[in-house]
Amino acid sequence: MEWEAVIGLEIHTQLATKSKIFSGASTAYGAEPNTQACAVDLGLPGVLPVLNEEAVRMAVLFGLAIEAEVAPYSVFARKNYFYPDLPKGYQISQFELPIVGLGHLDIDVDGVKKRVGVTRAHLEEDAGKSLHEDFHGLTGIDLNRAGTPLLEIVSEPDMRSAKEAVAYMRKLHELVRYLGICDGNMQEGSFRCDANVSVRPKGQQAFGTRAEIKNINSFRFVEKAINYEIERQIDLIESGGEVVQETRLYDADKDQTRSMRSKEEANDYRYFPDPDLLPVVVDEAFKAQVKATMPELPDAKKQRFKDQYGLDDESTAILTSSRPLADYFEAVVKESACEARICANWVTGDLSAALNRSGLEITDSPVSHERLAGLLARISDNTISGKIAKQVFEEMWQGTASADEIIEAKGLKQITDTGAIEAIIDKIIANNPEQVEQYRSGKDKVFGFFVGQVMKEMQGKANPGEVNKMLKDKLK
Amino acid sequence: MHNKSITDLAKGLRSGEFSSVELTQAFLNRIKQHSSLNCYITVTEDLALQEAKAADDRIAKGDATLLTGIPIAQKDIFCTQGVKTTCGSKILDNFIAPYNATVVEKFNQAGSVMLGKLNMDEFAMGSSNETSYYGAVRNPWDHNAIPGGSSGGSAAAVAAGLAVCATGTDTGGSIRQPASHCGITGLKPTYGRVSRYGMIAYASSLDQGGPMARSAEDAAIMLQVMAGFDERDSTSVDLPVPDYRAGLSNPIEGLKIGLPKEFFGAGLNSDVAAVIEAAVNEYRKLGAHIKEVSMPNLKLAIPAYYVIASAECSANLSRFDGVRYGYRCANPEDLTDLYTRSRGEGFGKEVKRRILMGTYALSAGYYDAYYIKAQKVRRLISDDFKKALSEVDVIMGPVAPSAAFGIGEKIGNPIEMYLSDIYTIAINLAGLPAMSMPAGVVGGKPVGLQIIGNYFAEHRLLNIAHQYQQVTDWHQQSPKGFE
Amino acid sequence: MSLTTDDVKKIAHLARLGIDESDIESYAKDLSRMLDLMTQMSELNTDDVIPMAHPMDQVQRLRPDTVTERNNREQFQAIAPQVEAGLYLVPKVIE
Repeated sequence: MEWEAVIGLEIHTQLATKSKIFSGASTAYGAEPNTQACAVDLGLPGVLPVLNEEAVRMAVLFGLAIEAEVAPYSVFARKNYFYPDLPKGYQISQFELPIVGLGHLDIDVDGVKKRVGVTRAHLEEDAGKSLHEDFHGLTGIDLNRAGTPLLEIVSEPDMRSAKEAVAYMRKLHELVRYLGICDGNMQEGSFRCDANVSVRPKGQQAFGTRAEIKNINSFRFVEKAINYEIERQIDLIESGGEVVQETRLYDADKDQTRSMRSKEEANDYRYFPDPDLLPVVVDEAFKAQVKATMPELPDAKKQRFKDQYGLDDESTAILTSSRPLADYFEAVVKESACEARICANWVTGDLSAALNRSGLEITDSPVSHERLAGLLARISDNTISGKIAKQVFEEMWQGTASADEIIEAKGLKQITDTGAIEAIIDKIIANNPEQVEQYRSGKDKVFGFFVGQVMKEMQGKANPGEVNKMLKDKLK
Repeated sequence: MHNKSITDLAKGLRSGEFSSVELTQAFLNRIKQHSSLNCYITVTEDLALQEAKAADDRIAKGDATLLTGIPIAQKDIFCTQGVKTTCGSKILDNFIAPYNATVVEKFNQAGSVMLGKLNMDEFAMGSSNETSYYGAVRNPWDHNAIPGGSSGGSAAAVAAGLAVCATGTDTGGSIRQPASHCGITGLKPTYGRVSRYGMIAYASSLDQGGPMARSAEDAAIMLQVMAGFDERDSTSVDLPVPDYRAGLSNPIEGLKIGLPKEFFGAGLNSDVAAVIEAAVNEYRKLGAHIKEVSMPNLKLAIPAYYVIASAECSANLSRFDGVRYGYRCANPEDLTDLYTRSRGEGFGKEVKRRILMGTYALSAGYYDAYYIKAQKVRRLISDDFKKALSEVDVIMGPVAPSAAFGIGEKIGNPIEMYLSDIYTIAINLAGLPAMSMPAGVVGGKPVGLQIIGNYFAEHRLLNIAHQYQQVTDWHQQSPKGFE
Repeated sequence: MSLTTDDVKKIAHLARLGIDESDIESYAKDLSRMLDLMTQMSELNTDDVIPMAHPMDQVQRLRPDTVTERNNREQFQAIAPQVEAGLYLVPKVIE
C-alpha cells in the first residue's frame, strides 16, 4: 500500500522582549539560576500579572506578516497542571480566543511552491527549567525562563513530508528573525518545535491517529525525527498494529522516537479565562501603528534583489538569509558605487568566508560595511585590482585601517603611468625572445605568461586592462 | 482612648496629649488583655513601637497625615514584608512575606502603626472565622458567637478596641457580614478601586480590600489611603480618587432608596427585618424617598458565586505546592507525593472542599454546564443591579439573615453556611460598592444595615452612612467589657 | 446530581490534594449537595446571555517593556523549603 504522511508543526518562539510577558524581570539568557525570577515569576502569594506591550506588538506584527486575522479581542486563560517548573500550577496562555487567527506561509521544496496554513498563533508564558544533574537524587528547578514571552505558532496539518516540514520551519525561522521578534537561537531554546505526525493510505481523506513528537531542537533532527516516526507508524500498521495517540520524544543519539512515560490520566487542563487579566483589545489604530514598522519580508526582498541587482538565485538566497546580511550588502552597494554583482561576490565570498573562519555573525563583522564599501570603491575606480583588493581585505580584517590607508601605506596603488608599464613590457619582451617567437607563431596561450611576468615585476599594481592592451600592441 | 475616632486621636497626637508610642502601647496592652478573643494571628509588638516612634518624629516635624501614629491592624491576607503572612492557613504558617502588599505600602507611607496581623477564615473561605488554622475568633458581644467571616479578626478587633481600625477583604461579604455581626462600619469598595497586589487571592474577579472601622468617617479616612490606581494590578481602575471626607456632611434630602423585595423574603429573621425597617425610617426622616425594586435573579447568586469562586480558587491555590515557600510535607517519596501531601496536610477542610468543587466545575465535560452558566447568571444579576440603580440612588437591605450565630452551630453544614451569604454575595458578582453599618441590636448582638451604591459611588455611600451616624448612636455602642 | 467516592478521588488527584480515606465519603456528600445547589441555575434560560468574566467592562492595560526587577534570589530563597546552588530542589522529575 502507498502511504501518505500528514504533518503539522507547533513552534514555540521566544519573543525578543527585554522583560518578561507579565513581569519586569529580565529575559536575558544564561544568568545564574533564579536570579531573574522575580516575585511574579515565582508565583508568590498575592502577586499579579501585567501584560508586556512589546509582546503584544510582536504578536500583531507576526499576524500581519502571515496575512492572518489579528483578533480585535483576545483572552488569556489559565492552563492548569502541576509541574515543578510551573510555579503557579497553571500556565497563562490563550485558548479559545488567540491573538492571531488563520494565516499562511508559502514554502518552496525543490522548486515546487506550496502554501501552508497557520491555524493560529497565541501568546503565553514559558516555564522554568528542570535540571536533572544529580542533587542527591533530587531535581533542581531554575525559574529564570519562567514568564519569558512565547508565541506558539500552530500550523495546519498541511505538510506531507519531513522535507516540507523542514522547509516550513526554516521559512518561519527566517520570518521571525526578519520581523525581529525572535533571535531564532535554537541551542538556547528560543525556537522550539513539536511535530504532529500521522500516516494514512494515499487517497484517504480521514486523518490517521497522530503522535506528537516533543521539543525537537534542530532542523536536522526535525527531519530525522519525522522520517523515523513516519516509518515507525507505517511499519506498525502494516504489521497489524495500531498507532496510539501519545507524546513521544526524539532521541538524537539513537535516531528514534520513544514514548514518554505514559500519563497516569488524560490531560485535563481545565482552561478558563484568567481573572487577573482583562481582554486584550487590538484596535485598527494599534494595528496600523504596528504595520508601519513592518520590514520588507523575505519573499519580497528576494524578488527585489533579483530585479534590482540582477543577482542569481544562489547569491540572492545567501544575501537574504538574514536581514542584517541583506542590509549590509545593500549598504555596501550604495556606499561603494561598485557593481552590485561584485559587491555580492565579496559579501558572499571573502567576507562570509572570513566570518565563518572566525565564527562571527555579520553584525559582529570586524570589517564594517563602510570599510568594505571603501575597498570596493577602489576596485571600481581602478585604484587597485581585485587581486590586490584581497590582500587589502586581509589587512582590514586584522586591523582598523581603512582601505585607502592600507593602499597608501603599502603603496598598493595601481600603476596607470603607461610609460612605466611600457618600460617593463619592453624589458620583458627583450628578455624572453623564445616566448615572443612562440606567441607570434600563433601560440596564444603564451600571452598569459607575459601578463604574469609584467604583474610580477610590478607587484600586481598594474592595471590588468592596461597591461593586456599594451602587451597586445607590443607583441604584434 | 480605644474608642476614640481617628480624627480625635490625630488631634490628641498633634496636641501632645499623648504620643503614638503611648497610644500604641495602650493598644498592645489591650490586645494581651483580650487575647482570648483570638483576634490576632501575629502581634508585631516591636515593629509597632518602632513605627510609633517614627510616627512621633514625623508628627513633631509637622508632616503627619491623619493616620500618622494611629495603631491599625492588617487582615493576615495582606503580605507584609518581614512579617509572617498566613492567610489563616497552616500551609503558610512559616511564610515570612518577602514583599509588601500595595495596601500595606500605602498605610506605611501614611505613617500608621501596624499592631499585627488579624485572624481570618482560611484563605478567606468562610463566613464565621471558624475555618482558620489559628482557631475561631470570638465575638466580643457574645463570646460564644461567631464574629462573622472571613474578616472576623478584623471586625472583632475593631469592636473590642484592639485596633483603631483594620483592613478587611470581601469576596462574598467578608467585610460587611463580620462588620454587621460585630457592630462596626465596613465598606467593600467597587471592584478595582483598591489594589489587589499583595492581597492573597481567593477568587480574583470577586476579591476586594476595604476599610473596617468604628464609623463612616473613620472608614472614609482609611479608604482615602487604600484607594487608587496600581500599575501592578491589571484589574485596578485608573480613575481619580475623590476626597471621601469632604462630602460626608452633604445633606441627603431627596435621596432615592431602593428596597429589593427579594431581600425581605421568608429567610430573613423578623427582628433583623425590624432593625432594617427602623433604619430605613430614619432615612425617611432625613428626607429620603423609598421605593421597592426587584432583583429577580438574586436567588441564583449563591450557586453562581460558588461555581465562580471555587473555580478561581482552585487555580489560585495551585501555587501552594511545597516547592518555593510554605509548608512542605516530611520526606516526600516522589513529586506527586510532595504535592499531594503538602497540600493535603497544609489546607483545611473548607479550602479543600472549594478546591475540589472548582476543579470539578472546570473539568472537561462540566465547564459549560457550570462555569459558563455561572458567568451568564453573573451577567443577569449584574444587569438586575444596573436596572435597579438606574431607578434609585442606593439600595438598602440586611447584611445577613440573622445576628451572629453560635460558634460550632453551622460549621458542620457548609451549605447552610453558604446560604447565609445571600444578601452580600450578589454585590461581589456585580462588582458594586456596598457597606454595612450598625443599625440595631437583636438579642444583645448588633445588626448591620447594608447600603449598596453604583460603581465608584463610595463617597456617596460614606456620606449616606455618616448622615445616619449623626442622628443615631448605634455605631458608638461597645460590647460589654470593652467600653 | 451526586458524586461518588471515586469521583472525589479523581478530582482530588487532579488537584493534587491529599484527602484522608475516612473523609472521602463526607466530601462526596458535601460536593453532591453543592452540585444540587448549582444545578438550580439550569432552571434559567441563558441562551442569549454573554458570559461575564469580570465585573468591569475594561480592557487589558499594557506595560512598557522595561526591566524593573532586580535579583532578589537570596531573600526569596530564604523562605524556600529546600534549595541548593540557587536551585529549588524537588523529588526527581522523570521524563
